Amino acid sequence: MSTGWMSQTAQPRAPQPQAGEDARTRTMRPIVTGTSVLGIKFDGGVAIAADTLGSYGSLARFREISRMCKVGNQTVVGGGGDVADFHMIRDLLNTLEIENREYEDEHDIKPQAVHTYLTRVLYNRRSQMNPLWNTVLVAGMQDGEPYLGYTDKLGVAYQESTLACGYGAYIALGPLLREVADKGEPITKDAAVALLQKCLKVLWYRDARSLNRFEIATVTAEGVDISAPQSSESDWGIASMVRGYE
Amino acid sequence: MFRNQYDNDVVTWSPQGRIYQIEYAMEAVKQGSATVGVKNKTHAVLVAVKRKPSELSSHRRKVFDIDTHVCMSISGLTSDARSLARFLRSECTSSKWAFDEPLPVGRLVSALGEKLQRCTQFWSRRPFGVGLLLAGYDASGPHIYEVQPSANYFDCKSMAIGARSQSARTYLERQMTAIADSDRAGLIRHALLALRECLPSEAELTSENVTVAIVGKDEPCNILRDEAVQPYLDTLENDMDTDA
Amino acid sequence: MSSIGTGYDLSVQTFSPAGRVFQIEYAQKAVDNSSTVIALRGKDGVVFAAENTIASKLHEAKTTRRVATIDRHIGLAYCGFVTDGRSVANEARSYATRFRDLYGHPMPVSKLNDELSGYFHMLTLYGAARPCGCSVLLGAYDAAKGPQMYMIEPSGVSWGYYGCALGKNKQPAHAEIEKLKLSEMTCKELVKEAARIIYATHDESKDKDFELELAWVCADSNGQFEHVPEELHKEAESFAQTSMEEDSDEEDDSDEDED
Repeated sequence: MSTGWMSQTAQPRAPQPQAGEDARTRTMRPIVTGTSVLGIKFDGGVAIAADTLGSYGSLARFREISRMCKVGNQTVVGGGGDVADFHMIRDLLNTLEIENREYEDEHDIKPQAVHTYLTRVLYNRRSQMNPLWNTVLVAGMQDGEPYLGYTDKLGVAYQESTLACGYGAYIALGPLLREVADKGEPITKDAAVALLQKCLKVLWYRDARSLNRFEIATVTAEGVDISAPQSSESDWGIASMVRGYE
Repeated sequence: MFRNQYDNDVVTWSPQGRIYQIEYAMEAVKQGSATVGVKNKTHAVLVAVKRKPSELSSHRRKVFDIDTHVCMSISGLTSDARSLARFLRSECTSSKWAFDEPLPVGRLVSALGEKLQRCTQFWSRRPFGVGLLLAGYDASGPHIYEVQPSANYFDCKSMAIGARSQSARTYLERQMTAIADSDRAGLIRHALLALRECLPSEAELTSENVTVAIVGKDEPCNILRDEAVQPYLDTLENDMDTDA
Repeated sequence: MSSIGTGYDLSVQTFSPAGRVFQIEYAQKAVDNSSTVIALRGKDGVVFAAENTIASKLHEAKTTRRVATIDRHIGLAYCGFVTDGRSVANEARSYATRFRDLYGHPMPVSKLNDELSGYFHMLTLYGAARPCGCSVLLGAYDAAKGPQMYMIEPSGVSWGYYGCALGKNKQPAHAEIEKLKLSEMTCKELVKEAARIIYATHDESKDKDFELELAWVCADSNGQFEHVPEELHKEAESFAQTSMEEDSDEEDDSDEDED
């Protein structure tokens, strides 16, 4: 077999950046990635959800990683994108928590502070052309009010009542928004959690880089609670009717 | 205090385990004119009496704003104080930029203490020859901190430093409960009464030589000079002897 | 033994003819002039106690704290110049952070002890710096290695201890500590004993009023270093005060049952 024949029939690949010197000194592309993170405010708190998968391209490689981390007693952070970079963010937040504890004053870490801090870090890295390749949701209780913020590898940052990143921004944000917009009162905690579970189920059906094992974290005045990993019931009965099924 | 062979630099211990250069730097605070800091449940107040080197000059500055929630008054070398004011402002701004919330006053003081300590450990430095009173308001309420040239700092209910400040401290100790329970107007009045104790015999508190600074709940730091001070001085005229 | 160096004691770079470095010994005096700090290593953790002199009625409570948290799991207590102690605590924190960033897990206290002793020692090598004016007690507990406690002196020398006292009343404090069977006692018991020792060695006639500071790192605190919870602190303090009253009532009896 000549290599010429192989290259002619091989499928064209998406353009990849050249490896070269730069790949050793700055992030060029994410390697092990996490998919969607969803967030929604409810009456008295905020909930976020993310599955426990680290994909290696199209391979569902690491199936039990947590993409959430608690910071202090009032904040939880969830991240999609490169998992190694998210672990770096998690270590920075751990250091923040330890430094805060070392002061031994009554000052707690609040979600707004975490959000602003991460935004500064991410924007700084982006400005060095060496980003932390993540999209991060920061959820918590800020002075008794629910707080939900978004920040990403470009340092874009904003706050909203409903947020989603990754595939979830396309599929789940709609249902989340519809529940919250034009409603007189905020929804209850149970309704919020149920809604997140429903969105995750749809993502399990539709997102080819998702996993049916996820965590849901809620933050209320009582503190942060990250659930044990859970799964949705799913019915793949129609699969045999889908073209390409073997 | 007498001269001895162990007092030339800040890296020499005396046989009794003292560092004389640090102790001499503390004396610089006593050379400056008095300043008093008090707090109640909602506000922290600083008052200071200013001196002027000659009839033709302006008064030397005693109070510096640091951030919207912190200000400081000084006693000692004004030039050293300015350098520290710049450091404190920069710490507050950096923290505000990173976290979008005011730097808790205790943490600001702790950073200052670390900076001052370095000047007491290395031969090429000298301690900062200025004592500071910081007044601030943050999530845990109003604060008064005293910072010394030795790099030591104290969280205070109230404090007075500078020339003849012992008389003010005596007043503050006697009036501790009254000050803690006072309202905003009463608090300022107590501060001025304490300050008055520090004056030499012929001198008086006037709107020219007094600075008042107030910070508190829902009240960003406000430094009052000249005419703005007069209404507070006027409150001293009433019931002059009630606080004996 | 001459305790004044005369001529050979102005710089830490100078040995005396007898081979002593007097500047280090003078720094040690600063520790010996200070009020008491003790640490006790028990069966399931380490307890720290400090007698913090109240310098002025105008100061707030807890304005001087001489026991600091390093990372989550290590306690550091200092005796001597409080300013030097705070600076050393910050230095220790930077070592703990560097270790944690590099190895991904908390720094073992024995390693911190090594590095911090090195720092203390470094300050005794150069005329451009001065020996630290404080001694430091380090303590930690983990389920695998158990409790550990070290003391570092201004010279940079450090030893592991079961019980250690620093300050002007360290002799009577040591005597009290030696009476305790430390390896058989839990931290809950030791917190009370530590409080009692501080009260017992405080000289009413010579020493000023003080605030008691108690901290621990043990199985009960889940290996986290913290100042002892409010309730336990009150319990320990009243135990200490009661023991003082009982002791003064029994002044005339020679009490040989003390264990």
